[in-house]
Order: sequence, then structure tokens, then C-alpha cells
Amino acid sequence: MTTLTTPDAPAARRSLRTKVGNAPARERTDFAMRSLLLFAVACAVIPLFIVIGVTVQRGLPAFGWEFLTSNPPFNPTAEGGGYLPMIFGTIYMTAIAVLLAVPLGVTAAIFLVEYRESKLVPVVRFFTDVMTGVPSIFVGLFVFSSLVISGGLGFGTLPGAVGLAVLMLPIVVRSSEEVLRLVPQDLRNAAYGLGARRRQVVTRVVLPAAGPGLATSSMLAVARGAGETAPLLLTALGARALVTDLVGRPQGAIPLQVLEGARGAFQPAIARAWAGALTLMLLVLLFTIGARLIARRSQLTGGN
Amino acid sequence: MADPTFKAVVMGAGILVLLVLAWMLTSTASDALPVFQKEGVLGFLFGTTWQPGDARGGEITGTYGALPFLAGTVYSSLIALAIAVPLAVGIALYLTQLAPKRIKQPLTYTVDLLAAVPSVVYGIVGAQFLAQVLYPFWVWLNDVLSFLPFFGGNVRAFNLLFASVVLAIMILPITSAVIREVFAQVPTDERWAAFGLGATRWEVMRHVVLPRSRAGIIGGAMLGLGRALGETIAVLLIMGAGAQVAFEPLNTANTVAAQIAAAFREASPEYLRALMALGVSLFLLTMLVNVGARIVVSRMGTVSGDAAL
Repeated sequence: MTTLTTPDAPAARRSLRTKVGNAPARERTDFAMRSLLLFAVACAVIPLFIVIGVTVQRGLPAFGWEFLTSNPPFNPTAEGGGYLPMIFGTIYMTAIAVLLAVPLGVTAAIFLVEYRESKLVPVVRFFTDVMTGVPSIFVGLFVFSSLVISGGLGFGTLPGAVGLAVLMLPIVVRSSEEVLRLVPQDLRNAAYGLGARRRQVVTRVVLPAAGPGLATSSMLAVARGAGETAPLLLTALGARALVTDLVGRPQGAIPLQVLEGARGAFQPAIARAWAGALTLMLLVLLFTIGARLIARRSQLTGGN
Repeated sequence: MADPTFKAVVMGAGILVLLVLAWMLTSTASDALPVFQKEGVLGFLFGTTWQPGDARGGEITGTYGALPFLAGTVYSSLIALAIAVPLAVGIALYLTQLAPKRIKQPLTYTVDLLAAVPSVVYGIVGAQFLAQVLYPFWVWLNDVLSFLPFFGGNVRAFNLLFASVVLAIMILPITSAVIREVFAQVPTDERWAAFGLGATRWEVMRHVVLPRSRAGIIGGAMLGLGRALGETIAVLLIMGAGAQVAFEPLNTANTVAAQIAAAFREASPEYLRALMALGVSLFLLTMLVNVGARIVVSRMGTVSGDAAL
């Protein structure tokens, strides 16, 4: 640190570090506090590694080709077997949920970004934000009361998918909105200048430009939806065999089966539950990290 | 498709989002209505007796007082918050003020990844691994703190404090994401001015960054609280279902969400209505917290990051 030389500067040029009487003490406080902050970061990072490490370590023994391609044994005390019906159910329901939530969510996001002059925009945005905080078990109750019981659908694939879709919807809206906002205004203005209508600007200019970003936002939604347990508990209910029906028969899912295994007392079932947890985590982290990498590679990042 | 039609479709999608939210409340509340009518809203919320009946029609024969579950929910969430907020502030400070450029982004993603881990994975790690590992620690803690009220009693491997610690880890990402956002908004000029006056890095954080960020910290804490209140599966696997209003952190307890998940499969039609009533109470509680949080946070612009979703 150099001291400034002004005309009336003191002749003795000592560093500020030693000039002030309590400098060493402040230095120590600074160091202690910075160490404490590093400790706080460790408190977040270490649990993550513990969760991932333990899941991998305990999940690997029962994990493998057999696990991915066979049904669980009827007897929970039997070794071997796998989660094929649940893996299928999770993919099936998540896919339907994406088909329900993404078109609606992206359209709502277009409304929020392209019709900023509308009085409704702040209201919709606010309640979308609020919707991200709806407890997932409540979403399950809602679909249970509206579709499973009153709707007469019974437990099954579609109610489960609707539950996941309701959870995904605010995520899709919010992340799509961020992506659409990143489309340069000049692009829109150029299209308007060529005489395009607002519909044409949105469908021919904005959406193609935002394409990759919108794909990542759907991927994030999938990652969130695939790992959800609570809403499926009251809608899909769970199954031990492959179910292809859209309605009428309860459908299985990985998280439901993991929950059942983890609550039980049978070692083989617990071992399978660990392998299921590993499968689920691989699936979720794959989508989360994949979305992040695509966002980074594409010109228009997802903003997050 | 003409422009006005297009606008109507797009606007319709926006309105549909609102309608879904409204429909959620009306459909569950109408199912729960008989329970609220019998117990009265206050009676339901503050009653301490939970004896489900098994009537099949619309009538309610049991007694439903949800206080044990509500108390467990609020109590465990507040403990989680007490653990998570200081940590989240620390993480946010480190990431915005201290982290070297090279590790800043990766570290931010790493913390956000905590939000991506499914809650059932937290649950199984807690129930099947950590419970055994941590039990001696709970016993030791109970001995050390036995002079305090609520400590020195029974110690269970599955207890409320254990669930709160796991909840705290789970809400770290969203809480620190919001706080990070506010810290990043502190004008650089002011920070450099403080450095120019010879302040240490800690002093800049303490006297420049933190004082301007109170709203964001409150907002982040409330969003975290909203998450913690609604968490179901991890709590179901970790807290050990005890249905009494107990304030002993090392004993079993239960929360609204976990009770719904646990009792749902064997519930009679009447009991289902009571579970709906529990759900509606939980929904209103989390909405209250979330709306408050969003009002606080909305003044500071959008929060980015996966964790905020």
C-alpha cells in the first residue's frame, strides 16, 4: 500500500497496517471471521458429499443390469430383483407431466414477457412465485380430491402425472420467463420493422431464439418432478408390476418404492431401496447438470 | 390465427395458472368443510385431541385437534431456520465477497445442487445411515444440555432435532440464493470506499454489506421457512411419528405433512376429510409465509438460480 503524497502529507510514511493502534487485532478478527465463513460453506458442501457418497456406496451392491430390468420380488425378504416397473412408471408419469406443464408454462411465460403492458402480468407473476412454495403433499391432496375421488379416475398414471405437472408448472413458467427475457429487444424491433405482427414476432423470432434455453428450463422441471414422492403418494399410489394403463390402475414410481423400502425392516428390501435412491439421484443430477451444461454452451443461457 | 386471438390464448395460459391455484384451495377446502364445521376453525387448529372416527357418510364422529401436528411443524421448521439462516448468510457472504473467481461459479452450483437432491434420498440417508451414526451424539448432547428445560429426558434415534438438522440442509440453497442476490446488489462503490478507508474485508461485510441487506435476509429466511413447513418425506422418514405436543427436541414428534403421508393409506372416508383439513391448514400457513416472503423479496428484483425454483 502506498501512501498518497499531497503537499501537506506527513513526512513519516508508515503503512496503514501498522499506523493504527488496533490494526493487529482487526487483522485477527478479519481472519477469524473469514475462516468462519469458509466453515459455513463447508457445512453445505460436506452434507452434499455425504448424501451422494453414502447413496453410491450403499446403492451399488444391489444396483446393476438386473436391478434395472426386473420386477421386485413378491417377498420383501428375498434378495435380488429390481425396480423396472417403478423406473418405467417414473419415466411414464414424468413424460406426461412434461407434455402437460411445458406448453402451458411456456405460453404463460410468453404472456409475462411479451405482454408487459397488461395489468394482469404482475398478478400472474406474483402468484406463480407463490405457487413455487405450495407444499408438495398439498398438491397430492388436491389431485386426490379433484381427480381421484370427485373426477372418478381412481389412482393411476394420469392423476400422478397431473400432480407432477402442477408442481412443475411454476418452475417452467419462471425459468422460461428468464430465458425469454434474454432474447435481445433489437431482434423483436427488427421483426416489427419488417412489418411483423406480435404473433409472428413471438412464434418466428422469439421462440426460435429462445429454443435451447426453453429446453433447459424443461429439463430442470423434469429433474424436479422425477424425484417427487409426496404428490405421487396420494395419486399414483404405487405398483409392483408394470402398468401401462393411463387411468384405472395404480402406477409405481421409484421414490414411492424407495420410501416403502426405507420404512421397512427387511435388509434385502432396504438394499433395493438404496439402489433405487441411487437410480433416482443419477436421473435427477443428470438432468440438473445436463441442463446447466446446455445452458452454458448455448448463446442464450437460462440465466441461472 | 389473428393477433387478438393469439393474445387471448397467451393471456388464457396466464390466467389458467391462477385458476389452478384457486382450484387447489376450493377443492380441498370443500372436502374438509365438515371437519371445520364440527370442530370450528379455532377448535381444529388449537385442539390437542386427535381421535379419528370411521364414519362413511358425510358426518364426523371423531375428534380432531391438529395442534400436535401444527406445533411439531412450526417447532421443527423454526429450529431448522435457526440453523440454516446463519449458515446461509455465511455462504452468501463467502460466495459474493471472498470466493476467488475460479471457484465462485462451481461452488455456487454445488450449493444449489443440495436443492436438486430428492427428499426421499435425504430421507433414506437419514433413516438408514445417519440415525445410527448420530445416536451417540444425541445422547451426549442430552447429557451436556440436561440443565436446560426440555433436555435430559428420553433420547430417540429418530427425533425432532435430527429432522430439523436435515431440514436445515435442505433449505440452505433457497435461503442462500436469495441472500446472495441482495449481497450482490450492494453498490461496489461503497465497498471500495470502505476498503479505501482501510477497512478489512470483514469490516466491509459487517458495516457495508450486512446493514443494507436486512430485507433480503428476512425474505430468504421466510422462503426457507415455507420450504421447511411443507417438507414431507424426509420428515416422515426421520422424525419418528409421535402424536403429542412435546417440546423435547430429542424425542419423537410429528408434522402436518408427515401425518398426512403416514395416515393416508389406512384412512377411513371421514379421516380423509380430516387429513384434507390438515392439508388446508398447512397450505394456508405456507401461503402466508410465502406471500410475505415474496412481498419482501419482490422489492429486490428476481432471484436467479436453480435453488430459487
